[in-house]
Amino acid sequence: MPSLKEFRDRIASVKSTKKITSAMKMVAASKLKKAQEQAESSQPYATAMAGMLARVAGGVVVHANSPKLLIGTGKDDVHLLVVVTSDRGLCGGFNGNLIRKVRQDIRALQAEGKTVKLVTVGRKARDLLKGEHKDKIVTSYTGIGASGRVRFSEVNEITETVLGLFDKGEFDICTLVYNEFRSVLVQKPTGQQLIPFKMQEPEEANDNAKGEVEETANVPYDFEPEEEAILGQLLPRNLGVQMFRALLDSAAGEQAARMTAMDGATRNAGDRINALTLQYNRARQAYITKELIEIISGAEAV
Amino acid sequence: MNDAKTFDFELVSPEAKLMSEPAWQVQVPAEEGAMGVRAGHSPIVATVKPGIVEIWKSEGDKPQKIFIAGGFADITADNLTVLAEEAVNIADLNAADLDKDIQNLTDELSLAQDDMAKARLEKQISFAEIKKAALAA
Repeated sequence: MPSLKEFRDRIASVKSTKKITSAMKMVAASKLKKAQEQAESSQPYATAMAGMLARVAGGVVVHANSPKLLIGTGKDDVHLLVVVTSDRGLCGGFNGNLIRKVRQDIRALQAEGKTVKLVTVGRKARDLLKGEHKDKIVTSYTGIGASGRVRFSEVNEITETVLGLFDKGEFDICTLVYNEFRSVLVQKPTGQQLIPFKMQEPEEANDNAKGEVEETANVPYDFEPEEEAILGQLLPRNLGVQMFRALLDSAAGEQAARMTAMDGATRNAGDRINALTLQYNRARQAYITKELIEIISGAEAV
Repeated sequence: MNDAKTFDFELVSPEAKLMSEPAWQVQVPAEEGAMGVRAGHSPIVATVKPGIVEIWKSEGDKPQKIFIAGGFADITADNLTVLAEEAVNIADLNAADLDKDIQNLTDELSLAQDDMAKARLEKQISFAEIKKAALAA
């Protein structure tokens, strides 16, 4: 049986842990709000870009000289996975789930005899993957969005690296693996193919874009320069937009996951304090009873 | 075409919608020459090179000038959307700062080693010079 002092120390320690976790929860909540606002304000550009792509790509006849970003290299031997995680931990299974998916994907691709290369974004991706897959990591990025906002220029750096690798023929297919922000409680590890370009199925969030496209699809559009040249410029930009969107999603997801995790931790700390307090009171009661018995039996002996 | 008519002009960057307001005429530095857009323009999608977008709110106004670092323009009869990765309002700039920027960038350029960094710096210098020219005009 631990002494009464030990109990008191343990209760005090759990109490201060609880203070920290509940503070972290509140910080995460306010950061989540900011991240969500940012994701929202990036929506018009993504929507406009998607609408434009649909218009331009609709008029293009694919042939052998079409931009490689659209038709691919004609092979699928080398896969590049861009893995997006957070820099910091203490956010529940946010990074763990994603890395597990990445490991599975790598194994599946290798079983098919493909070569896998990795670009990691976020410290956790680098740290968790460098054990088993160190030889596959091409480059790593950390500190994105450290200023509290994810900046497009930061993301552009990654995009340019990926495009540079593609131009050099370092890979055939590029997939972005990130945590999709479904809701505050749900972040789903998702793989999205970036290269070659796949026209995205309009989701609920893109309903507006879809409506707009359908509305204007019948109007004959002029293109200046011609479709192909525009497409050649649009596709790399679109890559940047997709990447940016994924990073914003991931940033919001990270905060949401941390909020949930810290909420759980705060609740657990509360339970722990209750249990310890109960034990402490029992021990104290036992001690008092023991002393009383000693006094009484001492008095009886006289 | 009715000259007095305005159309919706939108300027969006990846991070935010920067402008959304009616305009009488907008001049866009399209890849194949500057394009003046008024209401009722035929639908067209064009690439835009780095340069100055000029916006007239109404006829005879002084145009508002905005520098954009290239992008795309999506034009319909009653709508113009410009997608730009970087946009700066020329009115917010001053010549001394720009001169300093150009000086710094030129210094960096002389120190730069690899081609990618050089290309990037040269691009930034050309952007700064476009801004300077627009400010002086």
